[in-house]
Amino acid sequence: MEWIMAIAVGALFMIGVYLILSKGLLRIILGTSLLTHGVHLLLMTMAGLKRGAAPVLSDGVESYADPLPQALILTSIVISFGITALYFVLAYRAYQTRGTDEIDGYDVEDKEANS
Amino acid sequence: MLHIAILIPFLWAALIPLMRWFSRIHAGWAVLPVPVAIFAYLISQMSQIGSGENIVVEIPWMPDLGINLSFVLDGWSLLFGLLISGIGALVVWYSMFYMGKRTDSIRNFYVYLLLFMGAMLGVVFSDNLMVLYGFWELTSIASFLLIAFWYRRERSRYGALKSMLITVFGGLAMFAGFNLLYAMTGTYSIREIAAQASELVDQPLFLPAMILVLLGAFTKSAQFPFHIWLPDAMEAPTPVSAYLHSATMVKAGLYLVARMSPIFAGATEWFWIVSLTGLVTLTYGSFKAIRQTDLKALLAYSTISQLGLIMSLLGVGSAAAFYTDADQVAWFGLATTAAVFHLINHAVFKGSLFMVVGIVDHETGTRDLRRLGGLMKLMPITSAIALIGSFSMAGLPPFSGFLSKEMFFTAMVHILEFDVLNAGSWMLLLPILAWIASVFTFVYSMILVFKTFGGKLKENTLDKKPHEASAGLLASPILLVSLAIVFAFMPNLLAYNLIDPAVAAIRGGGVDFESVHVSIHFWHGWTPELWMTIGVVLLGTLLYRTYTRFKLLDREWSNRDTLNRLYNGLLSLLENGGRRLTDLYMTGSVRHYLIYILIFFIAALCGTLVFSPDIRLGMDNYAPITFYEVALVVVMLATAAAVPFARSRVNAILFTGAVGYMVTALFLIFRAPDLALTQMIVETVSVVLFLLCFKFLPKLKSTKERPVFKWTNLLVAGGVGVTVTLIALASMGSSPFEPISTYFLNESYKSAGGKNVVNVILVDFRGFDTLFEIMVLGVASLGIFGLIKLGVQTTPANKEGSQSLHRKSFPLVSNDVILRTMSRVIVLIIISFSLYLFFAGHNNPGGGFIAALMTAAALILVAVSFGTDTIRRVIPVNYRIMTAIGLSIAILTAAGSFVFGAPFLSQAFDHFDLPILGDTELATAVLFDLGVYLAVVGVVMNIIFSIKGED
Repeated sequence: MEWIMAIAVGALFMIGVYLILSKGLLRIILGTSLLTHGVHLLLMTMAGLKRGAAPVLSDGVESYADPLPQALILTSIVISFGITALYFVLAYRAYQTRGTDEIDGYDVEDKEANS
Repeated sequence: MLHIAILIPFLWAALIPLMRWFSRIHAGWAVLPVPVAIFAYLISQMSQIGSGENIVVEIPWMPDLGINLSFVLDGWSLLFGLLISGIGALVVWYSMFYMGKRTDSIRNFYVYLLLFMGAMLGVVFSDNLMVLYGFWELTSIASFLLIAFWYRRERSRYGALKSMLITVFGGLAMFAGFNLLYAMTGTYSIREIAAQASELVDQPLFLPAMILVLLGAFTKSAQFPFHIWLPDAMEAPTPVSAYLHSATMVKAGLYLVARMSPIFAGATEWFWIVSLTGLVTLTYGSFKAIRQTDLKALLAYSTISQLGLIMSLLGVGSAAAFYTDADQVAWFGLATTAAVFHLINHAVFKGSLFMVVGIVDHETGTRDLRRLGGLMKLMPITSAIALIGSFSMAGLPPFSGFLSKEMFFTAMVHILEFDVLNAGSWMLLLPILAWIASVFTFVYSMILVFKTFGGKLKENTLDKKPHEASAGLLASPILLVSLAIVFAFMPNLLAYNLIDPAVAAIRGGGVDFESVHVSIHFWHGWTPELWMTIGVVLLGTLLYRTYTRFKLLDREWSNRDTLNRLYNGLLSLLENGGRRLTDLYMTGSVRHYLIYILIFFIAALCGTLVFSPDIRLGMDNYAPITFYEVALVVVMLATAAAVPFARSRVNAILFTGAVGYMVTALFLIFRAPDLALTQMIVETVSVVLFLLCFKFLPKLKSTKERPVFKWTNLLVAGGVGVTVTLIALASMGSSPFEPISTYFLNESYKSAGGKNVVNVILVDFRGFDTLFEIMVLGVASLGIFGLIKLGVQTTPANKEGSQSLHRKSFPLVSNDVILRTMSRVIVLIIISFSLYLFFAGHNNPGGGFIAALMTAAALILVAVSFGTDTIRRVIPVNYRIMTAIGLSIAILTAAGSFVFGAPFLSQAFDHFDLPILGDTELATAVLFDLGVYLAVVGVVMNIIFSIKGED
């Protein structure tokens, strides 16, 4: 199972990075979301999968899943929610101010391409 | 006491700005006690040093690195300490009359001056090379600040930067040299290195270390060809020039060369490099001085030349190290005595001459020799001082300069008998160069005094009518020139108390003072030295009479100098080259920067994977694979892959949401119920959020990028993906450390009283992380609030988008009857469930985060069904205040442990027998979780309402 997840995580990273490198702000934001999912699954996978019961202590259970990555991911999920919301508002503001949803600097590249 | 003497100027410097409250008193009065006190202290130590006993202070600082604050007061550092504090006191006195007290920056001036004083004392007292280096660079910084004191002038800035770049360059070279010494000896202590000196000579690093250290000394002491900074440093106020750039700082190089003599003397390279650099500088500087028309520039070149003289004497004096026979050591060691004696004399006459030039400048408004002349009648006292100073500098009797000049000639004649190196007639070069330079020295000394004070007064060229300076201004130079006379008639007073201990310290190895003592006399017969002096006077007078015919005068300031052109060219080359290099990759495109970062990420991590032999990919016992899991993964990847191809915004957002739900399912399978709960609610809230913003975001453009653009992105993205996969596999294959998770599993119930380990980690074990996390959330929500509420300038070309988000009303209210009816009930169920999750959190899946998100989800549902007005009526809460309360509760709970003497964030729990509920476990962690709960609900609702546009 772990190697499947490793590949899946790689694929999520790839799609996320590809989106982040594109021009439109919305794509970039969605890219960060996918990247975050990739990171979460990577953390889970690193610790090994399905190695025991859920980390809620109960009698008669010997082995539990690793609780540490779960705690990390929980923190990360909530933070990334806040950050994504901030990105959205930022993107909206940028669009409103600049009249384009393409991020800074691409005009430079276009100029180079045209010249 | 010694370390306190260094510390006091620094502490005092911090207090000087307070003088702004006493604006009627000149700030100099507050500064003056510092050098005077240090001077008095050092004088009181003179007898102890004179008896051959050094004062040593050792304070451990970084003993493991061999760096300690160890300070030593011996004859050599005592002499410098007296120069620094003595001249310092006179300069502070002089500056009080030279610089007006009304100037706002006068306090800055004294702060820099004290900074320099402390640093310079640190340089000469430090025994530890690293400490010495630190103080050394500090003097460069203080010098930079003082040269740039009139920073509005372009030339001041230019001079300051130049001096800084050159001396810091040398300082860095010296730093490297010091470290080479450390590499050879294993200690930074000068005394300990000197004790091992005999073993060093044959080491391969010996010569590099020597050259690097000398680079530091030569740049600091303005030796050829590094002298070019000193004339430009004359942009500093004249008291500074007198103090730093003639009497003390530029002598730090001499100090270092002498200090290092016990280590390096005895090497032929040392002898030649130091002597010849000194002599070339001496000759070059004296020749250039004749060509100057600005009095301060003349003095600057004269200083360069005199520093060269002392440097050459130190070099020649090192010949003594080749001998063991006492007579021969004394014969060649005379040069060292001459060096120390001339160093004192130079400080005396050059200090007074700088002050005289300052007075002339002050009274006439110019320092241009072509406009000056005939001031003798108007300023008799000043011209008398100038006369004595100049004659002493020219080496004429009956002033102290004559004595040291004679000793200089003696030393240069003695060196002809130095036969160790078999240099033969080349040795003749030394006295000849010395003699030629002395002729030039004579000439410029005469120019200085007679062109300024002799001849006719050129009244029409002056801006104001000059008259004699005030007694205050004259006091310092008068004191200095009277010293030049006192030393001339009582040289042996100086010799016993200062020169002999200093020479003994330079010679090193516990030489007793008797053996280095040199009796200094005015008259010593018709010796070659005397004939040399007579020759100097004769040829010098001739040259002085005729030099104007040679058209030697420098018209322009310094740009014509080849070395200056080299410096300027090199500097602009560096600047332009740096700019071009930066422009090459700093394109201003965020995407480019991201690509650099990602390529570095790929290269660094893949490189590590390839080059680390211990890393193994994959693991032995993979968890079993089931059909559902594979199906989930496939669906997840398929929806993710669809995002880049989505043609509309809604699709892209929904695809992303779908990936989130697939991840939720995976969490469930991977035994992470807390995560699954959280992810599910977050995903739901997120989609609502996205759709709220949705209307205001631009439409997705059909992508028509160039293929290069697309393929680059794909390639980089693919590289990142492969790298991450490899990392995931590698992390499975190798676990170099014992995982700490076992600790959490074992201790969760025992020490924290909770069965849900994830929740216990969040609120207890790693409570600090959580505390910061909710703070980050709070900041993010405030950021969103600010972005939306605060006006942002909009471009006129963008009228359509200029309507602010909240003004544009949009229907968050649903008309769906079924939804409205259902939600009345469902909301209550959700909220009850969220409360259950909150309280269950410590022992079962749940907790503050999840409960908060669920509550928020319920509130959003109400908002969607009935409109925000309803929710405002029903729950009249300001969500920003709620966030603040939540944060406060969390912090107070965390800080509450202080009351019980426990560290921050210590949690406690116990079991209580409560009515109705029975045996209940209460933990302070629950209180902390309540803070988290309130903060997160506040944040989420604040975000939603900010975007929705109602508050």
